[in-house]
Amino acid sequence: MGNKTILYTQHVAMGAKIVDFGGWDMPLHYGSQVEEHHRVRQQSGMFDVSHMTVVDVTGPDARDYLRRLLCNDVERLKQKGKALYSAMLNEQGGVIDDLIVYLMTEPGVSGEWYRVVVNCATREKDLRWMSDQVMKMDVALTEQPDLAMIAIQGPQAMDRVKSVLSPFRQNLIDQLNQFQGQESEGWFIARTGYTGEDGLEIMLPDDEAEAFWKALAEAGVAPCGLGARDTLRLEAGMNLYGQDMDETVSPLVSNMGWIVAWEPSDRFFVGREPLEAEKEAGVKFKLVGLAMETGKGVLRHGQTVVIDEQNEGYITSGGFSPTLGYAVALARVPFATADEAEVEMRGKRVKVRVVKPPFVRNGQKVYS
Amino acid sequence: MSNIPNELRYVASHEWIRDEGDGTVTIGITDHAQDLLGDVVFVELPEVGDKVTAGDDIGVVESVKAASDVYAPLTGEVVAVNEDLEESPEMVNSDPYGDGWFIRLRLTDMDELTDLLDADGYAEHCESES
Repeated sequence: MGNKTILYTQHVAMGAKIVDFGGWDMPLHYGSQVEEHHRVRQQSGMFDVSHMTVVDVTGPDARDYLRRLLCNDVERLKQKGKALYSAMLNEQGGVIDDLIVYLMTEPGVSGEWYRVVVNCATREKDLRWMSDQVMKMDVALTEQPDLAMIAIQGPQAMDRVKSVLSPFRQNLIDQLNQFQGQESEGWFIARTGYTGEDGLEIMLPDDEAEAFWKALAEAGVAPCGLGARDTLRLEAGMNLYGQDMDETVSPLVSNMGWIVAWEPSDRFFVGREPLEAEKEAGVKFKLVGLAMETGKGVLRHGQTVVIDEQNEGYITSGGFSPTLGYAVALARVPFATADEAEVEMRGKRVKVRVVKPPFVRNGQKVYS
Repeated sequence: MSNIPNELRYVASHEWIRDEGDGTVTIGITDHAQDLLGDVVFVELPEVGDKVTAGDDIGVVESVKAASDVYAPLTGEVVAVNEDLEESPEMVNSDPYGDGWFIRLRLTDMDELTDLLDADGYAEHCESES
């Protein structure tokens, strides 16, 4: 038996098919993952993401610590509650994990602190690494295992959430910018997500989670499992740790170059030197999107991408896109790859287009 | 527990067979199989007129989770295929023994029918795999 989130009994009561995910018993779907996918793109759906790891970073050196730990620069956070997508790299420039960091106070004030959300499957190595990197700095790392987290996503998500909250919290949600969160009496309400739709990720005390989940269900928000979460993030062109990147590859070959803050050039962060060397030598691979617009079949993790007689790549994440009606994938291919390739699928080669992700945003096809 | 109708026959590779009483059988995949696969998104089937031999792989079911081969449970000639699955593969999930059928075969040897599993035998087989 694996770990269970506080919402486990709700999942079972709602008919979830439960699977192991990084040591946690989590819902795969509640009947049909394709229907759940459509609910999020067209209306609203909710995901239990309480298995994710929340770590608060406090202390006088919190900012300096994070500026050294992360390849993106928390100095870019200029507003209370603002979120930054980033990664921790190892000394070879490989990705230890990707994460979101929120600035929890006004920037620069005394008592400034941050909240970091990392993946669940990587929890132990992340915590060990984060702790090792403290060294002599005056920083405290505090895990928050008693927070549940619910992601509510889709064009109607904000309205449905507001319909079950107090006027004060409704107003708070109305004030949120994209990629920003605010605290409210033990809750942290953030306008972030992993689906390519507008929506919220809400952290709240475990003992309030079940009532909130039930209220959302009554308000018409569809419970959605990890299956839909994966196809939604794939359509949105968002990486999944362990598939699209890991400790053996750098952000530069993982479509994550945009979260490496090179400036200011005198900021040291772990992994900077190998990344600079890689850039200097010329980056050899890139992570692209593949779209299989004709023919039947589903692109899947691990399939070989044939560019020409000399060059090949591989699919890091693939699947059927319910929104588009055909298979799409993320693939690591040689840097010079142009706009066409073939994928080896079940002994045959099928043609795919090489495109720039995302595939879908806000319910619409966005790649060309 | 998945639905295993008594009036059908089965093979261990999770296809069901219905004897139509006129020398033909209808074939599909079981409720248990569709449940394991998750949402079906494509089905590739043989063509009318194709000759198939018991045990041949004759098609592919692609679901959100995996691609799996479809095996011919019996030997014969394909006399019909369910073309509606082209547009609505989800019928394999919603109605595996009805609208989600795959193909109809004219059997070469009706005696092959006696080798198939009955509902109890198939239920036991599923149990042993789980």
